[in-house]
Amino acid sequence: MDFKLSEEHLMVERMVRDFAAKEVLPSIQEQDRAGGMAPFVLPRMAELGILGITIPVKYGGQGMDYISLGLVSEELEAVDTSLRVVISVHSGLSCLTLLQWGNEAQKEKFLQPLARGEKIACGAFTEPGAGSDFAHIQASAKKEGDSYILSGEKMWISLATSADFAVATFRTAPQAEPAYQGLSTFIVNLNSPGITRGDIHGKLGVRAGSTGWINFQEVRVPAENLLGEEGEGFKVTMSAFDNGRYTVAAGATGLIRASLEASKNYVEERLIAGKPLSEYQLIQSKIARMALDYQASRLLYLQAGWLKNQGLRNTRETSAAKWFATDASFMAASEALQIHGAYGYSDEYPVERYLRNARGAMIYEGSNEIQSLIQAGYALDKRRDKKLRCELPAYDRETWT
Amino acid sequence: MKIIVCVKQVPDTAATMTVENGVISWGDAPLIINPWDEYAVEAALNLVADHGGDVTALCLGKEEETEAIKHALAMGADAAVMVSDPALKGVDNLSASKVLAAAIEKIGDADLVLFGQQSVDTDTGLLPVQVARVLGWPSLTLVSKIENVAADDGNIQVLRSMEEGGQVVDAPLPAVMSVTKDYGEPRYPSFMGIRKASKAEYPVWSLGDLGIEAPTSAVSWPEVMEPEEKEIITEIIPGDTPEEKAQNLVEKLIAEKVL
Repeated sequence: MDFKLSEEHLMVERMVRDFAAKEVLPSIQEQDRAGGMAPFVLPRMAELGILGITIPVKYGGQGMDYISLGLVSEELEAVDTSLRVVISVHSGLSCLTLLQWGNEAQKEKFLQPLARGEKIACGAFTEPGAGSDFAHIQASAKKEGDSYILSGEKMWISLATSADFAVATFRTAPQAEPAYQGLSTFIVNLNSPGITRGDIHGKLGVRAGSTGWINFQEVRVPAENLLGEEGEGFKVTMSAFDNGRYTVAAGATGLIRASLEASKNYVEERLIAGKPLSEYQLIQSKIARMALDYQASRLLYLQAGWLKNQGLRNTRETSAAKWFATDASFMAASEALQIHGAYGYSDEYPVERYLRNARGAMIYEGSNEIQSLIQAGYALDKRRDKKLRCELPAYDRETWT
Repeated sequence: MKIIVCVKQVPDTAATMTVENGVISWGDAPLIINPWDEYAVEAALNLVADHGGDVTALCLGKEEETEAIKHALAMGADAAVMVSDPALKGVDNLSASKVLAAAIEKIGDADLVLFGQQSVDTDTGLLPVQVARVLGWPSLTLVSKIENVAADDGNIQVLRSMEEGGQVVDAPLPAVMSVTKDYGEPRYPSFMGIRKASKAEYPVWSLGDLGIEAPTSAVSWPEVMEPEEKEIITEIIPGDTPEEKAQNLVEKLIAEKVL
């Protein structure tokens, strides 16, 4: 067993860390206050190849492995969650789902421009009335000739207003029993007639990112945009979550690291009764917890990344990594704020932003209650993975580069 | 153009440095390419993009310390050479310059040798000049812009940036040049470059390979110590308006005889 990152991984880590620190960090407080991503960020991430990092070169990507995707997510969220969210929805939920379930024509037409970052995609799954209860989504798709007609509303969609395409799941068989068998997933051009969309304002966190809604009114989508087969939408969506959740887990690990780093700096500078805070054991215990949680979260997501590299199913491990890391990141940010005292409550220091940003990840990409049920299902042997018609391809350097 | 860029690995600038029993430690912080050298690599890559040719990264150091070379390769350098020999441990600048000059001659046919303006660990900024002297080539230091390269008549024209202002200098090629950060931001390594660099193989030359004896260092570091801690007192200058704060600050500075 080799726990050492390769030279290539270390270089990827450093490259993305430098980008985020040099180009995004200086203005992140301002962007968080203003509420929105700086216009240069998406094009710059595209230019640097970050958006297509774990897609084979022949499909327009950079041909790096799944571990690299995790490392990139960690590095981006160590600066701000809004950056990692881009990776989660564009690279995780969308590109990897296309890689897994798309046919060659779809990969050619949709994955190529997405992997090159010429187009942006989001994942449109959640609805105003259905998140965790995904089998009962209401938005519908009706077959009409060689098209489907989409109707309904999707909500809490990251990049809703900046994306060109959505990987979106609709109900194609209203009477299907069980309900999850009546879902189908489509690749939708978000500039199609009948689509309106907007941003949601007043969010607690991820204010430098975009979260919105998409309304579909009789939107015609060619049947060739069906991703997977009709009735496979639930499986396609759960696969999407296996990939999105992985980036959320890795990102949350970055947020723990950022909380730890901010706290380490502060406890060395801040004096209480003539001694730095770092010399007090109650403070040390908080720092120790953050350091431990960072290690545990990192090991969990790297394990999931390794499984992905091998082409092995990783639903259980990815879910565990997401659950653990997002809970731990909220705790780390909260303790970082506590360590900073009243200063932590002000946005003069970054820790209040970390706390606000950490909270959402306990809800999205499968709430942590859902992760808990998944883990219980595996532990009690009530849940077993079945082979999928299309599995996420293993990382193969020869064919990917 | 054939360009050689000399790169060095240094402790991460974010690392906390300590000195214990005369030994400098940066804990488990990684080594990185000397940040100044990235500007030199950037300049070299731009020159070959404009004028053709190739870039070779040259590094003097321990064989296992590959960070600087790999970073230069990942940025886009075509080849690399490492010079490593146990006899080079702790050599001074002049000795290092002789070794580098020998390596540059062994690589052969260089039109330009580029350096960062200094290294962040020893901070002398002397190597470019010393290497130029050993090679007998012109030395162009603190270059912020390459104005013109006339490959046909073998001349280069550069802008040197100093505190006092700029200076446009012509020199015949081959030449040695140090590049400042005013040159422009270096590129990040590309993912393709990273893959290429991680697989890259390059020669490691010993002093024997260079055909030179171990140089004798004239300068050594008999003692290394941490700087004494200075007591710093922070004072917030009061005032209701920026003008008033500025006025109070000026008065304070005059009273303290700073102004």
